[in-house]
Amino acid sequence: MTMIGTATPRRKVQWSLLDLAVVIYALVPVLWIVSLSFKTKETLNDGNFIPRSWTLQSYIDIFQTTEFLRALVNSIGIALISTLIAVVIGTMAAYAVARLEFPGKRLLIGVSLLVAMFPQVSLVSPLFEIERALGLFDTWPGLILPYVTFGLPLAIYTLSAFFKEIPWELEKAAKMDGATPAQAFRRVIAPLAAPGVFTTAILVFILTWNDFLFAISLTSTEASRTVPAALSFFTGASQFEDPTGTISAAAVVITIPIIVFVLFFQRRIVAGLTSGAVKG
Amino acid sequence: MAEIVLDKVTKRYPDGALAASEVDIDIADGEFIILVGPSGCGKSTTLNMIAGLEDISSGELRIGGARMNEKAPKDRDIAMVFQSYALYPHMSVRENMAFPLRLAKVDDREVREKVDEAATILDLTNHLDRKPSNLSGGQRQRVAMGRAIVRSPKAFLMDEPLSNLDAKLRVQMRTSVSKLQKQLGTTTVYVTHDQTEAMTLGDRVVVLRGGYVQQVGSPQFLYEQPANLFVAGFIGSPSMNFFPASLADNRLNTPLGEVELTDRVRRLLEGKDAPREVIAGVRPEHFEDAGLLDEPTRSGGATFRAKVDVLESMGSDKYAYFTVEGEQAVSSELEELAADAGATEVPETGSQVVTRLSAASTATEGGTTELWFDRDKVELFDPSSGVNLTYSG
Repeated sequence: MTMIGTATPRRKVQWSLLDLAVVIYALVPVLWIVSLSFKTKETLNDGNFIPRSWTLQSYIDIFQTTEFLRALVNSIGIALISTLIAVVIGTMAAYAVARLEFPGKRLLIGVSLLVAMFPQVSLVSPLFEIERALGLFDTWPGLILPYVTFGLPLAIYTLSAFFKEIPWELEKAAKMDGATPAQAFRRVIAPLAAPGVFTTAILVFILTWNDFLFAISLTSTEASRTVPAALSFFTGASQFEDPTGTISAAAVVITIPIIVFVLFFQRRIVAGLTSGAVKG
Repeated sequence: MAEIVLDKVTKRYPDGALAASEVDIDIADGEFIILVGPSGCGKSTTLNMIAGLEDISSGELRIGGARMNEKAPKDRDIAMVFQSYALYPHMSVRENMAFPLRLAKVDDREVREKVDEAATILDLTNHLDRKPSNLSGGQRQRVAMGRAIVRSPKAFLMDEPLSNLDAKLRVQMRTSVSKLQKQLGTTTVYVTHDQTEAMTLGDRVVVLRGGYVQQVGSPQFLYEQPANLFVAGFIGSPSMNFFPASLADNRLNTPLGEVELTDRVRRLLEGKDAPREVIAGVRPEHFEDAGLLDEPTRSGGATFRAKVDVLESMGSDKYAYFTVEGEQAVSSELEELAADAGATEVPETGSQVVTRLSAASTATEGGTTELWFDRDKVELFDPSSGVNLTYSG
């Protein structure tokens, strides 16, 4: 064991303090947004961390506008569909990358790395033109397509790492036990790769959910505008009114699906599931 | 149950590497056959070709009379036990063992019966609901065996199934594997690099080297009649001692002294175009402390004096090591054996000789002892081809 592994009381306290500092550092901006979302219009700019007077008015306001509700539906729909497609295709591609030798394998890996590193902003103008020409502009597929494109490299990289962890002999054993390749994949490999698939799903979902660049560039109406884009179009009730409260409320609302998504899948990510497969 | 026939089975990889070359083996129904050899000899490749996990480049594989070359592993009706056991970690022991039956669409009641039966044979009844990660190495190994026996396949293939167990458990499992095979009477092909396992388990042993079959035969036959230097050096523990020697007028000149050839050896050499320079091989157990022998026995061999470098007393026997000065026996086969044993790491002058003496020997470490070896048991090999010149099989 290394020194990090030994849990003396002193060490525990040190680690707890460090953890606490990191958590506070990460959460203060979030709490600030939460605090703003509960403030009344009058106290919005008073600079207090804890609101003097609490109100749910901002939340009521955003849910009364179709603008936000529509964007929320778009966001959830587009993110889920993109995640599903990227994970399904990514699983198959990653399996091939991890297990098979095929011509062009290195090229595939290289290209997917290139896609992942490509500056997205330089693609916005050509994509805008292409999508307008194809009639994809301001539609769900118009956003799903780039999200899948950028989600796939992430999915392939994460998943192939997981597939490589699964001993190949398990698959050979399944074949010897009378399984077809499809049965071997479904009954042996897939259950073992599940934690990897869920991890990947979370990562791709967060990637697409948080995207602002494509969402703002490739949409023009409520038909496909997602929440991050819609937020930037928020205005107050009148031209002179500050929309800070409603933006904060919306920002809080859109973090909820992420939290739910992560909590839901985290329970399925059981570490060390493959232990005991081989010798050890 | 079925016989397995390998008819000139060859495996050539796309890069041109030859893993197995024209392997011809006829495995009888119910036979326990061992494929043995140093790493890289093609034994696992051969096993994988029988299993269907690797394609056969040329030649034919027949199981129960039917050509199998193009059949998928699942259609060959053979079970395999892997070196790593390859248990499904997400399934309980029961599910692991039931897996082949479930794939074969056997009904639930029968699955239960068969798994329970196999569990009883393998003493796993109390562990059926546990996951493989909670089992000990020996238990995992038994689950892997269980998964193989539940569906009563035509044959078992075992790829070094005991090499991950510790020494004591390995010996114990070796006997149970042997017992199980006798009990079930299923044709078994067993791969190992351990010559002790090969000698103790198999009805017949196939010695492989560099993709070529060197010799096939019962363990005793391989020990007594090795076809060449490689088999002679590989089979037997400690392994045979080799010396450069020269033949002249029915006399053999070895670094241990000059001996007259016995009639048996002389007859065997007749008709074979034996070169003048040969390699002589003597097994450790054919040496003895000369002082312990009576005169008739003594005259059946040759005596010499040697300074014992190391003496290991095993209780039942004593192993005496000494060095013979002069040139070592040289051949590609001996080099390969030495490399496999890791002996190339040790710098040596002269050749080290191992002798097994009876416990009553008075030899002492560092002392000079008169030793004897049986001249009728000397094997002679052609240094260029490695062929055993005293082979009578």
